[in-house]
Amino acid sequence: MADQRPVSGDLAHPANRGRLCVKGANLHETTNSEGNLHHPRVLGSRVSWDRALDEVTGAIRQAMFQHGPGSVAFYLSGQLLTEDYYVANKLAKGFIGTPHVDTNSRLCMSSAVAAHKRAFGEDVVPGCYEDLELADLLVLAGSNTAWNHPVLYQRMKAAGRPGRRVVVIDPRRTATAELADLHLAIRPGTDTTLFNGLLVWLADAGAVDGAYVDAHCSGFDETLVSARARAFAPENVAEACDIPVDDVVSFYRWFTETPRTVTAFSQGINQSVVGTDNGNAIINCHLATGRVGKPGASPLSLTGQPNAMGGREVGGLANTLAAHLDYDIPGAREAVAEFWGTDRLPQAPGYKAVDLFDAVHRGEIKVLWIMGTNPAVSLPQSRRVREAMSRCPVVIVSDCVSHTDTTALADILLPARGWGEKDGTVTNSERCISRQRAFRPPTGEARADWQILAEVGRRLGYEKAFAWSSPAAVFREHARLSALNNDGIRRFNLSGLADLADEAYDQLAPVQWPITTGQPEGSKRLFGDGRYSTLDGRACFIPVQATASGQAVVSPGQMRLNTGRIRDQWHTMTRTGRAPRLVQHRPEPFVDIHPLDLSARGIREGDLVSLTAENGGVFTGRVRAEPGQRQGEVFVPIHWSHQFTGEGLASALITPVTDPFSGQPDSKNGLVTVTSLSARWHARLLRHREASRGWQADYHTLVPQHHCNTWYLAGKQPEDWHRTITRWLGGAPDLVLEDSAAGTFRAARIRHGQLDGVLLVARDASHLPDTAWLASLFDGRELSRQERRGLLSARSVETEDIGAVVCSCFGVGEKQIAAAIGAGAGTVEALGEKLRCGTNCGSCTPELKAAIEKHRLSSAPV
Amino acid sequence: MSSGTLVICGHGMVAQRLLEHLCEGGHPFSRVVVLGAESEPAYNRVLLSSVLAGDATLDQLRLRDDAWFDANGVERYYGDPVTTIDRTYQQIITAAGRELAYDTLVLATGARPAPLGIPGDDLEGVLTFRDLRDTHQLIELSQRHGRAVVIGGGFLGLEAAEGLRCRGMAVTVLHRNPHLLNRQLDTTGSKLLAASLMQRGLSIRTGVRPCALLGKRRVRAVQLDDSNLVSTDLVITAAGITPNAGLAITAGLDCGRGIRVSRQLRTSDPAIFALGECCEIDGQTFGLVDPGYEQARVLAQVLKGSDQGAVFRSTTQPTRLKISGIPIFSCGQTRPDENTESIVWQDHGQNRYCRLLLRDGRLVGSVLFGETRDGPWYAEQIHKGNDLTPWRATLAFGRDYCEQAA
Repeated sequence: MADQRPVSGDLAHPANRGRLCVKGANLHETTNSEGNLHHPRVLGSRVSWDRALDEVTGAIRQAMFQHGPGSVAFYLSGQLLTEDYYVANKLAKGFIGTPHVDTNSRLCMSSAVAAHKRAFGEDVVPGCYEDLELADLLVLAGSNTAWNHPVLYQRMKAAGRPGRRVVVIDPRRTATAELADLHLAIRPGTDTTLFNGLLVWLADAGAVDGAYVDAHCSGFDETLVSARARAFAPENVAEACDIPVDDVVSFYRWFTETPRTVTAFSQGINQSVVGTDNGNAIINCHLATGRVGKPGASPLSLTGQPNAMGGREVGGLANTLAAHLDYDIPGAREAVAEFWGTDRLPQAPGYKAVDLFDAVHRGEIKVLWIMGTNPAVSLPQSRRVREAMSRCPVVIVSDCVSHTDTTALADILLPARGWGEKDGTVTNSERCISRQRAFRPPTGEARADWQILAEVGRRLGYEKAFAWSSPAAVFREHARLSALNNDGIRRFNLSGLADLADEAYDQLAPVQWPITTGQPEGSKRLFGDGRYSTLDGRACFIPVQATASGQAVVSPGQMRLNTGRIRDQWHTMTRTGRAPRLVQHRPEPFVDIHPLDLSARGIREGDLVSLTAENGGVFTGRVRAEPGQRQGEVFVPIHWSHQFTGEGLASALITPVTDPFSGQPDSKNGLVTVTSLSARWHARLLRHREASRGWQADYHTLVPQHHCNTWYLAGKQPEDWHRTITRWLGGAPDLVLEDSAAGTFRAARIRHGQLDGVLLVARDASHLPDTAWLASLFDGRELSRQERRGLLSARSVETEDIGAVVCSCFGVGEKQIAAAIGAGAGTVEALGEKLRCGTNCGSCTPELKAAIEKHRLSSAPV
Repeated sequence: MSSGTLVICGHGMVAQRLLEHLCEGGHPFSRVVVLGAESEPAYNRVLLSSVLAGDATLDQLRLRDDAWFDANGVERYYGDPVTTIDRTYQQIITAAGRELAYDTLVLATGARPAPLGIPGDDLEGVLTFRDLRDTHQLIELSQRHGRAVVIGGGFLGLEAAEGLRCRGMAVTVLHRNPHLLNRQLDTTGSKLLAASLMQRGLSIRTGVRPCALLGKRRVRAVQLDDSNLVSTDLVITAAGITPNAGLAITAGLDCGRGIRVSRQLRTSDPAIFALGECCEIDGQTFGLVDPGYEQARVLAQVLKGSDQGAVFRSTTQPTRLKISGIPIFSCGQTRPDENTESIVWQDHGQNRYCRLLLRDGRLVGSVLFGETRDGPWYAEQIHKGNDLTPWRATLAFGRDYCEQAA
């Protein structure tokens, strides 16, 4: 049975003060153990943990022996807890000796990481969430916080006051634009132009904080020269960015005159081939005005995953070693090797995500261990990623969900504990470490990721290095490592927690790092004093070229593609796709297109269209007329996978080009052609969750409901429904409605009085009825006669239960007659007067008399 | 308008309805006389099927008791059919020689079963199912004989067959058309009906035509045009009706299949009116009680002079089968053609079915089987002729679904 306990927020948590977003509020719907992975599996067969771990260690050992440690690779995720991440990193880099450990955070904020490192000398977010409230000017760049950080958005909204201004920079008019005093719908890829222009404006306006720059920064002059190279007057910026010059000037003026300015940025900035430059262009403007790490004044990277930062802390990215120590920091390798007690540390960074899967494709990687993520859906050019995985000799997948596009390609499946079963810590965007505590027993034989990894380490012969007995012990080691050779320049430091007792770990209150013995309460903001993590303590201005792939030529017939999240889904729907309430908001993969683009192409809202990329990737989805789109540009959601739809993977349209510094893919920039699917019919098929797929269609999307599955289907060829229906419903239909001239066909199958399946077909998708009521009937109840009569209307309509018809001339039923008799109509004539029954052909008068007689006998005194 | 003596020739349900309309609120006649060929006053003929099936008793047939006629001053004579109309002297003469002068004469002589017109149709044991006498006879014979053949798979034939089956007989229905009730049902409806009846134990043979009834004195078998013989003890003919127009023809009134009348029910003689199954309006004759009732309403207004403009308008009349447990409602066009579009709903599990025929978005016909509560509403929509396109998706689910907008 589903665990249906309601979810509530933690009133005491500093990040949300008890507020939850819709995904959080419906988390309980995703903890349903149905669909979870319960037992280890090898090549599809259930095996014991002992056997599975033997297979894992055997495969790793063989690859290490035959092909070297670099033939083993790990692909981790921001859904792992810090302790899991730490053990994975230690096992991979420290003891297997492979540098090829990367994470899905690569797709999310690695550009911000690279920008932070270039500017500050360390991957540090200087500000905190409170700054979003304190800022008098809030610049939201490439960030639909209303949908993707709803709790932060609510905080920003609540902090609105006279004089507080909000600028939203986004090619799309998203839900976040509701908060904007100014929305800059810039041409995609022109962010650096906008911020370089701002830097020039600041210099020309005399708004640069010269004293701050002189005292705390380096590289300002050449950066300004670089920015000026194209004579960035607001007019040039306006033209390049395709926005009104007045808006450019307003934004620049507001930025100039508002000391308390926060620029919050996320995927719109990061997921670009110039993502790192985008980040630095923003940071440059904050450095020039001295607005870094001060209350209400800072650049602020908003991450997209619960524990993206925790992964960064342990060194889970391929270009880092451990604990904010990089391979190129003198002495770092040796220190880490000594700390871990190993001589196997790799010499140099490993492959970043896209390159990693290229290496898999080339056959370089023999064992690939994927934990808690779904690269078959999320990485660019997903078809090639799948191909790579199927070529790889051994693919190990640890997950709590049994059926994903990635688990489908696994040789060894390990059941990992899900979020409600895990115990450890996570770190959010403002460096705040929070405890995550298990509240339910693990599903089946599921184990914590850190336990699985540690067991493999021990089986590989490293008992001592992987001997922890609890996540608290792992955390203490992680904290000790953060203090290793840390003279205070490296801000990531948990030395204050290195001796945390088990009980204190359990009770750990949210706290922002660094946490040292000198500052055990943590730090809200960093770099406010102008001292940075570089060797000379100065922040670096980074000259940023004002060119981006975003200006690549769109040939006639093509449209520019943008991708992103929607309000109620998160990533590849492996969890949120299981919550019927969350699926309702946008049940299908869709394509947002400007209404004028639609009419120019003869496409209507609700049509199905296919987007085709030059690499052959296809995305099919339902058209939404969206005036918030720029003309010539389309938007598609990133969430749908082959578990839910046929060709609805945004990543299929994305070419795997990456930012040269961060390796982050250019996920928001594709070129596609749009073609109508020309469906001859559209359908909804509702079946029991266990029912096998009997249908065939050119388009399909699965929409899970509480008691059934709804399939959205469409076909390009006409169907003979009378022939098709039996296969689709798993048997002959009991109810059929057909209006062939209108293209309508509906049928239902009923078993033992209960609804077993329904098919609704229409020529035009907009003529399909809502299926919520039908879906509710799958709860196992027996259908009443009236429900059955109206079933194919797909609506519940209050109809009087009149019983069997007695007077067919006037359609009067026995229950109406009984009621009228009870109310005093004691003769046939009286009944006729009241209900008209019996007043025409009179053939029902014997029944009317019998009913009167029956009433007389039953009400007569005994 | 009129005055003097009103003579009504024939006392069936329609004549009775006319009397009630006339008596309601008073009429201009000094004398009202009704003459019936049968031995008793008007009774509910529609219920004869129920009586035959044992679902109704004789006393439930009665429409009005003597007190009502006395109170309303209606003179009545029974068992004495009118044989002559003497238009010159404005009088009628009965079989018993009774002469009655009239100022206004209303012919309500009804109809009789159409003769089979095949050899042997005069044999003993060949019966009709038309009136109370037939009913009594059938009930009596059903107790002495085991097998019956009903010729005609229309409403009357099926009701007779089902009634005799209820009386314990093994009944075979012969129907010329491949489908039962082919004038009232579409193909699917006919098949459902045949299946329901066969499940009850009736034997049904469609697409066959009897070509002779065999037997020396009594009928023993029915010879079919496919060379098969059906042995039987009784034959009930129910293959259509013929208006009783003989009296009018003899009197020189303008007649076709029936007695031709205007839309005010007036014959070619201004003092003579006709209504019900015996009349013919614009080439159309009538076999159902509903148009007869409507004619009675119109004629009462004409005779009373209360509405000089009252005219009978032939509307599409719904028909219903009166076999207990097999609700059927049919109205208007029942079979699709190139100008119609069909909406079909069917519940195979519960034997419920509905076909709606639309022309230019307007309802022109409906066939309901197993579920008839919305029948009158569909009939209303057919009569109104409104464009139902906005309701198209819900039309098959009836009034409540259409009127409670989604």
